[in-house]
Amino acid sequence: MATKTIAGVNVDVNEEGYLNDNSQWNKEIAATIAKEEGITELTPAHWKVIEFLQADCKEKGALPTIRRINVACVPTKEFYTLFPGGPLKKAAKIAGLPKPASCV
Amino acid sequence: MKRILILGAGTAGTIMANRLARKIDRKNWSVTVVDENQTHYYQPGFIFLPFGMNQPDEVIRPQSSLISKQVDFIQDSIDAIRPESSQVVLKSGRILDYHILIIATGVKIVPQQVPGLIDSGWGENIFDFYTFEGASALMEKFKNWPGGKLVLQIAEMPIKCPVAPLEFVFLADSFFTKKKMRDKVDITFVTPAGGAFTRPHSSVVFGNIMHEKNITLVPDFYTERVDGSSGKLIAYGGQAVDYDLLITIPPNLGDEMIARSGMGDELNYVPTHRHTLQSKSYENIFVIGDATDLPSSKAGAVAHFEADGLTENIMNYIAGQSLEEEFDGHSNCFIESGYGKAFLIDFNYDIEPFEGRFPFPVIGPLALLKETRLNHWGKLAFRHIYWNILLRGWPMPGIPTRMSKIGKKIPKQ
Repeated sequence: MATKTIAGVNVDVNEEGYLNDNSQWNKEIAATIAKEEGITELTPAHWKVIEFLQADCKEKGALPTIRRINVACVPTKEFYTLFPGGPLKKAAKIAGLPKPASCV
Repeated sequence: MKRILILGAGTAGTIMANRLARKIDRKNWSVTVVDENQTHYYQPGFIFLPFGMNQPDEVIRPQSSLISKQVDFIQDSIDAIRPESSQVVLKSGRILDYHILIIATGVKIVPQQVPGLIDSGWGENIFDFYTFEGASALMEKFKNWPGGKLVLQIAEMPIKCPVAPLEFVFLADSFFTKKKMRDKVDITFVTPAGGAFTRPHSSVVFGNIMHEKNITLVPDFYTERVDGSSGKLIAYGGQAVDYDLLITIPPNLGDEMIARSGMGDELNYVPTHRHTLQSKSYENIFVIGDATDLPSSKAGAVAHFEADGLTENIMNYIAGQSLEEEFDGHSNCFIESGYGKAFLIDFNYDIEPFEGRFPFPVIGPLALLKETRLNHWGKLAFRHIYWNILLRGWPMPGIPTRMSKIGKKIPKQ
């Protein structure tokens, strides 16, 4: 466990920079992590995904799959456009959620 | 007479039927199982078929030889569950009432979910090995295949037996080396996960083994479509991987009947309480094995561990007692690594696989997360254990239901 100062706040993060405690998350932290991940501005389309991930994770106790996001939130193609590269990993990090370990 | 109705006679359904038949008070209760197949497949044997390490007749047995005579077996397809009236409608039109329902309908590969996958080359240079037909067809293909780019692709997680893709590439390396044509075969492992496996510590271990075996790992590849005419896998991220022979693990969906009954999530998995296996929506419905939405492995060993707690909970439910939170996500599996060796891993919801000894601390005799010959013999012996002990619902000697931390090298937090 390590601490990192993001957007002026001390937060607990894991070795890859994911927040350990979602209650420490705020929108400024999200914007700062987004920049580190190469996303210069979080648009309403980004926020829709972030809020969906947070709500779904709270309800189900686990991150949704890309398939679930495709059905319930945003088409997969657009998800990749919004968060290029590894969309679920990036979106989860920005949303202050754990890294997608996916089910074994 | 009150009925316990079990849907599906795969690993989970068969174990539950045989156990409950011995446990229930047969003056008042009966057990009925419905499955569309007369044949039971030993699915862990499918991985060996393409490499000629098991023959097709070693992985099939008639259901009638495996299910207790005290159980009513109905061969029919299931049209839908009507949970509000505690009924199941069969394809033949027959309606079965139940007091307790156990859903054990598993998951199936659905290649139609990946655009282009079955449009050109299916059965010619695109194969699956998650079905008896697919694995058997691949066995024939490998006999005369001259070599080229062999690509194993996982379309999306979760999948049944998440270690099988690893075993496949390890066995392929060994198989083509023995055929003295390894230099003609380029092996690539394509996965939507971030590494070789889904849990961090073992992902590094298996990633290193792939490197040693000269297998190319392509992580974070989420397949958008397959272009059969040019032999390319294309990802949402824009990347492409060329193949001459594609071994695919298509999306694993729950039975369509679950969707028709309005009881599943977007993968047709049934929302299930993770420790009691009771359905989240109906108190007289329980779910076991691959059909659940639990974040545990979809594997026969898991179904077997689940069956221990579920049998107790069905008896508790019948007696009007509260349910025990027994299931801890325990999973245990051998991973064939080629050249007559295998790994063994043991883990649960909370503890990922680590090194150690199994089932007994220090003395083992099996080594965890290490490649040994004894583990390979363990895997081969497992087929006999499966047919004769596990499916019959007898306890497995020395193997605890809940995962033991003793004997494992778990790093301190």
